[in-house]
Amino acid sequence: MRDLLRHPTGVVGASLLLVIFLAVVAGPSLAPYDPQSFHPQARLQGPSATFWLGTDQFGRDVLSRILHGARATVLFGLGATLAGVSVGALIGITAGVAGRWIDSLIMRLLDGMLAVPDLLFTLLIVTVIGSSTGNAMLAVAVAFSPGMARIARSAVLSVRTRDFVQAAIARGESRAYIIGAEVLPNTIGPVIVEASIRVSFAIMLGATLGFLGLGAQPPSTEWGLMIAEARQFMFRNPWCVAAPGLAIAIAALGFNLFGDALRDILDPRGRR
Amino acid sequence: MNAAYFVRRLVAVLLVLLTVSLAVFVITMILPGNAAVMILGEYATEDQLRALSEELGLDRPWHVQYLGWLGGMLAGDWGMSMRLSLPVTTVIGEAFWRSAALAAGALATVSIIAIPLGVAAAMRRGTGLDLGIGLFAYLGTAVPEFVTATLLLIFLAGPSSGLFPAGGYIPADKSLPGFLYHMVLPVATLSLILTAHIVRQVRSEMSDVLGSDYVRAARLKGLSEREVILRHALPNALAPAVAVISLDVGYLLGGILVVEEVFAWPGLGRLIIYALQNRDLPVIQAATLTLAATYALSNLVSDIVIAVLDPRVRYA
Repeated sequence: MRDLLRHPTGVVGASLLLVIFLAVVAGPSLAPYDPQSFHPQARLQGPSATFWLGTDQFGRDVLSRILHGARATVLFGLGATLAGVSVGALIGITAGVAGRWIDSLIMRLLDGMLAVPDLLFTLLIVTVIGSSTGNAMLAVAVAFSPGMARIARSAVLSVRTRDFVQAAIARGESRAYIIGAEVLPNTIGPVIVEASIRVSFAIMLGATLGFLGLGAQPPSTEWGLMIAEARQFMFRNPWCVAAPGLAIAIAALGFNLFGDALRDILDPRGRR
Repeated sequence: MNAAYFVRRLVAVLLVLLTVSLAVFVITMILPGNAAVMILGEYATEDQLRALSEELGLDRPWHVQYLGWLGGMLAGDWGMSMRLSLPVTTVIGEAFWRSAALAAGALATVSIIAIPLGVAAAMRRGTGLDLGIGLFAYLGTAVPEFVTATLLLIFLAGPSSGLFPAGGYIPADKSLPGFLYHMVLPVATLSLILTAHIVRQVRSEMSDVLGSDYVRAARLKGLSEREVILRHALPNALAPAVAVISLDVGYLLGGILVVEEVFAWPGLGRLIIYALQNRDLPVIQAATLTLAATYALSNLVSDIVIAVLDPRVRYA
């Protein structure tokens, strides 16, 4: 933690995340207006003292909608990543520990899944199971798991030949003990680093699905959906697109920088 | 470069495609509503549905259907699009080259911009230039394609500026300037994100190389800075950069889906979204396989390029 505060990237990343989490936790109570209430006298306005980030085509306050949408957008990214990482890490660790033909079989299957771009993969899944926030989350999780499995597997493989594992084998420890007490704790680092960077991709993927009409559905205030709804009126009020876009960028950037800093700190070899 | 390595990689690519074909087939099998319902519409009678299902072979076991479909794909018979009443090969063939034009434009732009920027940032580490490039790189990777595309649309194609067309496509053989003119904004969107990604990679590889012993040796030998960079440092930093560019083809293919949708560019991405919305199964299957094949082959090509650029790579 102290290392993180000394790391310039880490400080910027952590501050951005602080802003985002403030919006997630307290957003609805900070919002100056009800996100769904119309102000017919003030439609498609630019930023002003009354509406800090302007209003949309129904005269709804953009700032309030963004503050409310933080939950839908950020929790989506966290949830999808958590699910994808857990499943992926489980598959990867199984492959790495089992070795031989099980490993080869799993890896060939993963290679196939990795050959389909993430976005197309999620689109295919959402088309099969129907478009909703929950299904989009599931789809992103499934699309993430092959990549996570690969990272977890290579972490297991690099730990397996290390001296402390060899020592445990020589001591005659049980297989379960070696895996649980020696291998797993040392594979967690790379998995956490990758996961924190992946949250930013998950947020962007979720917003893209919302934008294409395949994720969150109206009247949700998910940020991608906000941009999709504002598109018809974008020339009259660019703020309706720019403000949620900036919000997505802040969230994605926060997780990205935080993950990079975490990698530098957890991997001393990469430290300069 | 030995032949055995090449053959092994090729077999791996074929294996990947086989896996993808199976996965895509299974996904389209479990899509709600089968092909017979799609063709006849929801008011068809039971008898009609059964007759057509038999004619299309939908009553056979799934593995027989899969092998039949796979055989057709290999023989070049990709079936008929259910919505467009055209052979799938024709539909995909046309769309593929339009998307390829966008991808080629983006990759060319990125190579011209990202590599010099990355080298410049590595040579002037810690200066304002380096910080500026770094900031741009981080911001670029944090803004999704659809946001960049929409913002470019507002500011460069809006009624107030009107510099570029807001979308659409003009065939190159009808008007080459028109074709290129419509390409500018989609290519710019794709390039922005890729550049951000690759600049970071080139910078970090280049700073590693610049700190290495052989670059110091080259400097001590009295070579000019220009020669040190171009002859000794850059070639060694490029191999990893090519690896990243080839992985970025995956992002590029995903980005093409969104960018084509926003700018109404009738390529593979727009075709896939159309096919998914309309449950056009033969098109979904063929288009997904085409994208996966492109990705797998581009990885193969990059492996070969890396082996040529960096003779130390072992063919394992």
